[in-house]
Amino acid sequence: MSSSDERIFPARRDFLRSSAMVAAATGIAGSAVAYGAANAPDRHAPGTRTTQVRLTVNGQSHTLDVDTRVTLLDALREHIGLTGSKKGCDHGQCGACTVIVEGRRINACLTLAVMHDGESIVTVEGLAGNAALSPMQAAFVRHDGFQCGYCTPGQLCSATAMLEEVRAGMPSVVSADLAATPTLSAGEIRERMSGNICRCSAYPNIVAAIKDAAGVDA
Amino acid sequence: MKAFTYERATSPEAAARAAGAQVNTRYIAGGTNLLDLMKIEVETPVHLVDINRLGLDRVEEGKDGGLKIGALVRNSDLAADPRVRERYPLLSRALLAGASGQLRNKATTGGNLLQRTRCYYFYDTSKPCNKRAPGSGCAAMEGFNRIHAIVGTSTQCIAAHPSDMAVAMRALDAVVHTVSPEGDTRHIPIAELHVLPGNTPQIETVLRPGELITAVTLPPPPKGVQVYRKVRDRASYAFALVSVAAIVDVAGGKIGDVRLAFGGIAPKPWRDEAIEQAIRGVSADDASLRAASAGLFADARGHGHNDFKIALARRTLGAVLAEAVS
Repeated sequence: MSSSDERIFPARRDFLRSSAMVAAATGIAGSAVAYGAANAPDRHAPGTRTTQVRLTVNGQSHTLDVDTRVTLLDALREHIGLTGSKKGCDHGQCGACTVIVEGRRINACLTLAVMHDGESIVTVEGLAGNAALSPMQAAFVRHDGFQCGYCTPGQLCSATAMLEEVRAGMPSVVSADLAATPTLSAGEIRERMSGNICRCSAYPNIVAAIKDAAGVDA
Repeated sequence: MKAFTYERATSPEAAARAAGAQVNTRYIAGGTNLLDLMKIEVETPVHLVDINRLGLDRVEEGKDGGLKIGALVRNSDLAADPRVRERYPLLSRALLAGASGQLRNKATTGGNLLQRTRCYYFYDTSKPCNKRAPGSGCAAMEGFNRIHAIVGTSTQCIAAHPSDMAVAMRALDAVVHTVSPEGDTRHIPIAELHVLPGNTPQIETVLRPGELITAVTLPPPPKGVQVYRKVRDRASYAFALVSVAAIVDVAGGKIGDVRLAFGGIAPKPWRDEAIEQAIRGVSADDASLRAASAGLFADARGHGHNDFKIALARRTLGAVLAEAVS
């Protein structure tokens, strides 16, 4: 397996310590928007229904004034204009909205933007570096890991972070030995990617692409 | 989604105070269940207290050889913790059998315990539901009830508790630690955390308004083989039709100490002393265990579409016991 991408996983999580993830520098100079630190104590004061949220998305800092109800997905799509992350079901069932927050893949539709104030997010737009496709993106192209493409941004973010989970030694329910270091197989990939639905059913090619990107023999 | 105000708590005690200060306040942790319900306005809190950055996200060794799990430990982290994988593989398996990778990265220990039922009619605000709208009736009784409970139900509600994690914790005799808005702490055995629906299906736990779960402790692992098996409609990312958490110790060719908890069949993580009693002393071979399991769940009652769960619970138990002694 290739080493993890420091841009996407700035601070690899350490399961052994189970410590809280801390935001780490991304190493990319973002065009930081001025952020009024003096206002910070009031941002989440009781009684307010709009709130200021600072998000670092694909290395770029954004400061937004949002209704407390705005999900992270809507903040990305509607407020920041990054429409790569897709709204499929909007209920955490399809995975089309998967983004990587502080190095972890999550459903952006089932979390509020305000809950992620100060955190770093990578969307499908941030996977490629300097216009070159990421290894996972290139593998999806090579193996035709899509038909309509609607689920693809979520598949890509999910698969990219999933490989990082395997590198960190995280087991899955199909791992025969929980204590052992997990090894990727088609069965492991299918289990670990079950949160990403593809209605075109491109699953065989998606699995092949992920195996390829992970350097696992097909 | 109804409008709400939001605040980020700075300590567990401050969170509980904030939650106690205003009616219809909810804590938000992972949010994967609460926000889902808020979008369809089954949950309509006026205020959210964000408890994500309270430092309750650590797993620590207990003084007694057990573990103390912070309420905000994510399901994925708990499943991957080396101590859980080694000493409580039952819990690790149960966690990994639940939801998806993305959801496990968000879902928390405390939130998992308090997740709401996936009864279709609880979600469908156009239908009666005594849990969502007390006194309105139960659409599941005469409706599609394939996923519903077969034990512990009432004439008011047949919804099943959806958790895998809680079933494993029930077998492990976990203890739930809380703090109240007044600052009082208490320790609740998991057996007593959830309550049966009776005539008040809207009341699901013994937690009082504003009471915050801060941690779950596990006693040292009991002697025996640990097995978690989940039977569901698809191989991954689906709720249990029936799940069994078993801790089985064999002595002298017979079943000795045994703990059996069930998911998917009851309004709460289900454990029945009579079932354990019936299995104790049974010859530890495949045929005897399957035969003993076949006579259990005599009190179970189906509601039409879920009648199959009675046989499925018996057979899954038999298969799990056979696996444990193999």
